[in-house]
This record gives sequence, structure tokens and C-alpha cells, in this order.
Amino acid sequence: MEALTSLIGGFGVLADPMNIIYMFVGIALGVLIGVLPGLGGANGVAILLPLTFSMTPVSAIIMLSSIYWGALFGGAITSILFNIPGEPWSVATTFDGHPMAQKGKAGEALTGAFTGSFIGAFFAVLLITFLAPVIAKFALQFGPAEFFAVYLLTFCAFVGMGREPAAKVISAMMLGFALAAVGIDTVTGQLRMTFGSVELLRGFDFLVAVIGLFGVGEILLTMEEGLAFKGKSAAINAKVVWETWKKLPKYWVGCLRSAIVGCWMGVTPGGATPASFMSYGLAKKFSKNGNNFGKGELEGVVMPEVAAHAAGTSALLPMLTLGIPGSPTAAVLLGGLLIWGLQPGPLLFVEQKDFVWGLIASIYLGNIAGLIVVLTTVPIFAAILRIPFSVIAPVILVICAVGAYTVHNAGLDIAVMLVFGVIGYLFKKLQYPLAPLVLALVLGDMAESSFRQAMLVSQGHLSIFWSNPLVGSIVTLALVMLVWPLVSKVMARLNGHKEPAAAE
Amino acid sequence: MSTESGHSAPTAHNEKTVTNRTMDAAVAVLFMALAAVVMSDSWRVGASWASDGPQAGYFPFYVGLIMFIASTVTLVTALVSRHPDLGNFVDRSQLVSVMQVLIPTTVYVGLIFLVGIYLASAVFIAFFMWWLGKYPVAKIIPVAVGVPLALFVMFEIWFLVPLPKGPLETALGY
Repeated sequence: MEALTSLIGGFGVLADPMNIIYMFVGIALGVLIGVLPGLGGANGVAILLPLTFSMTPVSAIIMLSSIYWGALFGGAITSILFNIPGEPWSVATTFDGHPMAQKGKAGEALTGAFTGSFIGAFFAVLLITFLAPVIAKFALQFGPAEFFAVYLLTFCAFVGMGREPAAKVISAMMLGFALAAVGIDTVTGQLRMTFGSVELLRGFDFLVAVIGLFGVGEILLTMEEGLAFKGKSAAINAKVVWETWKKLPKYWVGCLRSAIVGCWMGVTPGGATPASFMSYGLAKKFSKNGNNFGKGELEGVVMPEVAAHAAGTSALLPMLTLGIPGSPTAAVLLGGLLIWGLQPGPLLFVEQKDFVWGLIASIYLGNIAGLIVVLTTVPIFAAILRIPFSVIAPVILVICAVGAYTVHNAGLDIAVMLVFGVIGYLFKKLQYPLAPLVLALVLGDMAESSFRQAMLVSQGHLSIFWSNPLVGSIVTLALVMLVWPLVSKVMARLNGHKEPAAAE
Repeated sequence: MSTESGHSAPTAHNEKTVTNRTMDAAVAVLFMALAAVVMSDSWRVGASWASDGPQAGYFPFYVGLIMFIASTVTLVTALVSRHPDLGNFVDRSQLVSVMQVLIPTTVYVGLIFLVGIYLASAVFIAFFMWWLGKYPVAKIIPVAVGVPLALFVMFEIWFLVPLPKGPLETALGY
């Protein structure tokens, strides 16, 4: 019940009308970002981060996290109306969402998607409210070895649960670690991989990388696909909303399943995208109307949205309690915390109660506000998509350049951003995942220093990672995750030999 | 994703560039080269195990080593796979579209260093709309001038975050 009193205190923080205004501004910006190609949750927040330096941390995190919720909502609009996923996690929403729009049921599909998003987020924020303080209290006892073990688990989970080839996941992740190591070594003060260049002393900032990888890279991909935005028009009125809402209660089992899948994938850094696919697949398997999936089933729109939003929201749980973000956008928010002088991790719940509970309370309100904003303003955002790409693209590129510059007031960062843009384009095309790269870049220094602190404690003996049941089981679990692709491949091959008829 | 596989399957002859396999191998080789650089520099800093734990280059050295091994796996899989992905990496017309964005953007970034971000942005947007969008001047001017102006007001005046400026802004007294 301690959580409830803290939560009420958090709502008190929100009583400041300025914070409510920031919330609505954030959500409107977020939906816009979610709708526009080339701007997404991660790079949208990264670009706007420097603008919040002058705000109080509470207001800043409320605005930035609201942008995130808005982007999660916004992705569904383009998926349904234009068959173009605005965000990777809304790809699964296109499967049934666009067919519904083609049948003239766009309003129903949008309402279903938005409400699904809301349900997913609500489930996840309940989880955060009651689980976060417990985890934080538990994590207060963590030493460097435990922290390194959790980092290890995070990264191994990418390998074990990623949809991409394991070797490529590892390569992308190691690139992130290598880039993170550039600059001055925090422990010994030695220069690493600077090659005598003063510019490289600063190292690579992940915000610049995020803007390049997700922003510029996305523009290049969009250009390649030569998208002509030809969408269905959207009309949402109170009657459609009401009719759709009446249908939703009978999907409660599916919603619960999707929310659990989403929370699981969000807390472990599987992320929103695989969560939405997994949830769609499960719904298709279990639903009575499973055969109609792909032809325009409301259930096929709601389920992936529930999971995506649950994953996106619950990604904040490990970020707040352990300092380990569950998604690239959460990683950017974590970067923000560091810039505002807050140390993410269990101590946050002790030292910055206002901040943490203000944020959690704002997730509740933000999602309610988000639902209202998207339901009422869909036509406006759909109209923005009709602006031709030859106008939108240069404007977005200019915004990306400004965003990259303002991170450190360094001109060279704009060029670095462009290089990351090309890397992002190549990686997407060759199935290298971007999330492990970004997370490794963010967490690289922290993972390394916790490793080295652990080594100082144990005087260089790796046995510290099995010195107590907790750290031992986390490390073992991480190693299992790491070899999982290999194990499943071997198992598949063994099964294949036993029953060759089934394999062919 | 479905669109990608959709148009890469039947590739017209004149759209051929390189196969996915070639590109996969090339990127893997780049990764390996980068890994070699990382390892050699870490070795220089000191990558062994001192009495109190790892030296400064220890962590990056193994990062480089793992990157090298993983990329070798990618390279070998790409080269010896029984079902190589011989699909076209990018159609020629698509490559042209991508370059139509990438080259002007590169020039734009260079221009920022010369004349500051506001003027460069105006030129960039105007050029893009004129070249790719074939817009009349009457439609180009408002966007090309309006966006940098809005940025200027937002950053220089409202949020007091200075952006790179050039001779024009200096002449105007900023």
C-alpha cells in the first residue's frame, strides 16, 4: 500500500498546471512524430532533449515521456490509414488494420487500436506502480557484480530473443560497445581509440547515433521505397467509438495475454516490435476467428497494439529501477536523466521520490490524455501525411541536423549523424538490429565500469560472478540466453533427422 | 517488410546492382577490419590482466575480438550457404532515389560549416522542393524561409540555444 500513497503524492506533483500543459504538448508532438516518416519515439525524444535542459527534471521527463506515449499511439494511424507502419512496432497492426480501412471501417480500426494501446499501457503502468518499488528496494543491495550480471543478461537476451541472425546481433552490439569505449577511459584516464584526434576525445554520443540511425536512416529507406502516401480517409465519431468499445470486452482474455506478452518483452529488452508480432501470432492461433486474420479482424488490430504499448511502457520499469532501459526510447530517456544530474537506478526511488512518482503518475494521466487527443484529432494528423514527401523530407533532415548539433554544440556531430544514417540504412537492409547497438552505446561505459569494479573487489577472480546464488543465477541465465540460438538450431536439426518427412 | 520481398523477387535485368550476399559479405569484412582496428589500439593501451583486474584496453580488446568472430561467422555463412540470398540488394532506380537524398544532404552538412545552419537549411529545403518536388517558386519560398525562421525564433530567442551561424547572421548583428 506504500506504493499507493507514493502514487497519490505523484499525482500531487502533476497538480502544477504547467506540467499538464507539457503533457499535452508532449503528446501532440509525439503523435506528430509517430505519424511522420523518419521521426520516431527514440530520435524524436533525442532531438527534443536539449530543449528541456532549462526545465525542471520533473517537467522535462513528463514532456519527454508524453512524447513517447504519443509516438506509440501515432504509429497506429499510418498503419491503418496508409498501410505504412509509422513505427516498427506497428507493422503487425497493418495486417488487419489496413484491410479494415479498405472496407470502410477505418474509424472502428483506429478506435480499436487506440483503445488497445491504452489497455496495454494501463496494464504495464499498474505493473510499474506495484513492482518498481519492490525491485528498487531489492536492487539497493546490488553490488557491482550483480549490476554487471544484469547488464550481461540484458545483452544476452538480445541474442537469445532477437529475430535477426545471432552473429549479426552480436556484431551490432559489439559495434556499440566499441563506439562507447572511444575517448577517455573513466577508470585509468588513458585515451582509447582516439588516434590523436581531439574531436574523438568526446567519444560518440548515443543521442547523435540515435538521430542518425533512426532519423536519417529511415528517410533513406522511405525514399528507396518511393512511398506515395495514398491513404484512406478517417472519420471517427462518438457512435463508432461507442460501437467499437461495446465489442472489446469479449476480447478480454486475448488482451490479458497480449499485455502479459508485452510486459515480458518490454522488461526484458525484447522490445515492442517482437511483442506485437508475437501477440498477433498468439491471437491468430487462439481466436475463434483466426482464419479471418489478415482480412480485417478487429481483434487482429487490438492485440498487437495492446502488446506494443505494454512493452513500450514497461520498458521504463528496468530503466527506473536498475538503470537499464528496455528499449531505445527508454535509453534516450535514461540519457536525459543523466544529463539532468539524476543517477538512474534503485537510489532514484529513495532520493528522488517526487521525480519517480511524478513520472509514474504522468504515465496514467498521459495515456488517458493520449487516448482523448488521438481519438479527437485523427483527421488532422492524417492530413499531415498528405503533405508530399519532397517537402517533409528536407524539413525532417533539417530538424535532425539541428538535433544532432544541439546535443554538444558540436558541428562535427552533424557529419557523424549522417554517417550513422548510412549505417542505419545498411543495417536495416541487411537485418542487423539497431536496438542492441544503441543500448550497447548507452550502457557500454557503465557495463565496463561495473565489471572492473567487480574485478577490483574480487582482485581479478571471475569467480565473483558465481559468489552468491543471486548473481550466479543471473549470470547462468544470461549464458543460457546467449547460447539459446545455437541450442534451438541443434534441436531443430535433431528433430529434422528424426522425421525428415515433416521437415521437408 | 512485405513490400520489400514483394518487389525484390523478379528483378529486371537493368535494375541489377549487387546481390544481398555480396553486400552481406562486404559489410562483414568492414566489421572485421573495424574489429582489427579496435583490437590493435586496445593492445597498444594494454589489454592484459593486471593484479587488480583488467587494464584499460582489456574490455575493448575482447569487444573487438567478439566482433571479429561474429563477423567471420556472418561472412562464412554468406559465402558457403547452400541457399545464398541472391536477391538484389537495391534496385538501380531505388539506389538513384536514395542518392537523390543522400548527396544533397551531404552537401547540406558541408554547407552548414560554411554559412551556418539557417542559410544552409533554407537553401537545402528550396533545392529539394525545386529539384524533386518540382514546385513553383511561390510555394517554395514560404517553406524554405519559414522553417529556418521558425528554428531561429525557437532556438536563438525562445530557448537561448545557439546554433551554428555564418556571415549572414553576423552581418545582421547575431
